[in-house]
Amino acid sequence: MPKSGQSVVDIQDLGFAYGDAEVLHGLTMAIGPREVFAIVGPNAAGKTTLLRCVERLLTPKTGTILIDGRDLKTLSARDVSRRAASVPQSHTPAFPYTVQDIVLMGRNPHLGTASQPGPHDVAVAQEAMDELGIRAIALRPYTQLSGGQLQLVLLARALAQEAQVLLLDEPTAHLDFRNRHVVLSTIRDLAVRLGLTVIMTVHDPNDAMQYADRVGLVSDGILIALGTPDEVLTAENLGRLYGMLIEVLTDGNRRVIVAGTPS
Amino acid sequence: MKRGRFAPVLLLMWLGVLAVLLASLCLGRYPVSPQTVVRVLISRFVPIARTWDATVETVVWQVRLPRALAAALVGAALASGGAVFQGLFHNPLVSPYVLGVSSGAGFGAAFAILLGASAAVTQVSAFATGALAVSLTWLVARSGRDRSHVTLVLAGFVIGSLFSSLVAGAQYVADPSTRLPQIVFWLMGSLASVQWSDLLRASVVILPCLVAITVLRWKLNVLSMGDDEARSLGENPGMMRLVLIGLTTMTTAVSVAISGVIGWVGLVVPHVARGIVGPDARRLIPASIALGAVYMMLIDDVARTLTMAEIPLGILTGIVGAPVFALLLRRSRSDWD
Repeated sequence: MPKSGQSVVDIQDLGFAYGDAEVLHGLTMAIGPREVFAIVGPNAAGKTTLLRCVERLLTPKTGTILIDGRDLKTLSARDVSRRAASVPQSHTPAFPYTVQDIVLMGRNPHLGTASQPGPHDVAVAQEAMDELGIRAIALRPYTQLSGGQLQLVLLARALAQEAQVLLLDEPTAHLDFRNRHVVLSTIRDLAVRLGLTVIMTVHDPNDAMQYADRVGLVSDGILIALGTPDEVLTAENLGRLYGMLIEVLTDGNRRVIVAGTPS
Repeated sequence: MKRGRFAPVLLLMWLGVLAVLLASLCLGRYPVSPQTVVRVLISRFVPIARTWDATVETVVWQVRLPRALAAALVGAALASGGAVFQGLFHNPLVSPYVLGVSSGAGFGAAFAILLGASAAVTQVSAFATGALAVSLTWLVARSGRDRSHVTLVLAGFVIGSLFSSLVAGAQYVADPSTRLPQIVFWLMGSLASVQWSDLLRASVVILPCLVAITVLRWKLNVLSMGDDEARSLGENPGMMRLVLIGLTTMTTAVSVAISGVIGWVGLVVPHVARGIVGPDARRLIPASIALGAVYMMLIDDVARTLTMAEIPLGILTGIVGAPVFALLLRRSRSDWD
C-alpha cells in the first residue's frame, strides 16, 4: 500500500450509516496516482455508498477522506468537483441537450456563479470529446445515443472537469459485451496517459481482473481483502464473498473467474 | 459552433417584439395608422408638427402603449418563469403554477382588492402570499419522507388548492355589486386598466429579476442534470434553486398583481422556444423572454379587438394554450424518452 504522502485518495477508518442501519465499517485504503482501483463486492455490500462518500454526496459517520492531502470536509463543493469527477451509474435525461452541451457542463467547477463557458472551456470540452472519439457526434441530441455512447459522453464530461480523480459507479452496468470492453479499456488508457486516479465499482470480478491495478473486496460494508487482482481475486476469497463455489481458470497470463461446478 | 447562429435568431425575435408592439398600438376600436403611431411616439421626445388630434395621442400614448408594454412584461415574466422551473425540476411539464405561486399571489391580490387597497399594496400583498405559498409548498414537501421532486410538485398542488379555496372565500364575502365583479374579472386576467404608474411599479421589480435570471441561466443547465450530478459538478443545488425560485416568485407575483391569473404561458412559450433554439438555457431564457413578450401582446390584441367586449386573457391563453401544449406533447415526447 502506498504511504499517505504518495496517495491521491486516502480513506481512513471510514464508517457510514443510513439512520441506524450501518452500511460501512472502518474502511481504510489509499489509492495512488495513475492507479485503476476496483471495488468488488456483491449487491448491497456498500460499494456505491463508499463511492458516494468520496464524491461527498454522503457525509461519513466516522473517519476521514483525504484527496491530495486535503480533508474532504474542509473543501467547498466547487473544490471537491475540481479534484474528483464522477460518472453516475444511471442518468435520466430531462432535455435533449447536444453532446457538446453536456460535455461543457463539466466546466462548471471552473466557472463563477454569474459566468458562462468561454472559448477556453469550449476548447477543453472539445479536447475531452476528441480524447474519447465522440467529436463526430458533438451536435447530436444526447437523448438519441446508445448506452455505450452515452457512457462515453458522461466520461467526456468528467474529463472536462480536469480533476485528478475519476470516480465511476459500475461504468458498464447497462452495456453490451463489446461496449463494456470499449469503455473499460478507454478508462484504463486514460488513467495511464493522463495520469488520472480511477476508483470504480464493478460487479463482475472479471472486469477487475482484466482492467484494475488493485482491488478492494467489500462484503457487508467491511474491506475483507486489498491488493493486486492476482492476490485478491482468488477462488477462496471470491467463494467466501459470494457464498458460492468459484473457480479461477488460468490460460497463460490471463485468469478468468467462473462459477464452480461441484465435482 | 452552433452558438454563433443564435445571435441572428434572437435579433429576429426582438424585431418581432417591436413589430407586434407597433401593431398593438395601431389595432383597436379606434384604428391608427402605423405612420401616425410612429410620429406620435417621436413627438414625445422630439418637437415635431402635430398633424393628429388629441384623441389619437391619448389612445396611443395613454391607453395602448402602457397596456402593450405591460403585456410584453407579463409575457416575458411568465414565460421565463416556466423555463426556469422546467430546468430546476428537470421536468418539461411544470411552471410556477405547479408550486402554488400563482394561486398564492392570486389570493393576496384578491384579498387586497376586497379591502379596497391601492395598486402598490396589492402588488406587495400578492408577492407576500406568493412567497408564503411557495414556502409552504417547500415545507410540506420537506416534511415527507420522500424528498423527490414529485413530492414537491404534489405539495404544490395541495398548497395551490388551499389558496384557490381562500380566493373563493374572498369572492364569497365580497360585495356582489362592487368588489365581486372586480375580483372575478381580475382573476380571469385583464390588462384593460393598466396605466403608466402600474407599468412602472411592475417593471422596477420584474426587469431586475429578468436580468438576474438571464445572468444565472447557465446554472439551469447544470441543475437540470439532477441534484446529485449538479453537486458532482460543483454546484450547490439547494442554494441555487432557492435563489432562482425567489426571483421567479417575484416576477410571477408582480405579474399576477398587474394582470390577474393567466395560465399556460409558462408552459407553452418555453416549449415553442425550445423547438426553435434547443434546450440549452443560455439560449432558451433569452428566447423565452422575447417570445413570451410577443405571445402575450398578441393575446392581449385578440382580447381587446375580437369582440365588442373585452375577453379575459386567462380564457384566451387557455383556449390557445391547451391544444398547442397537447400537440407539443405528442410531437416531442420522443426527445424526452
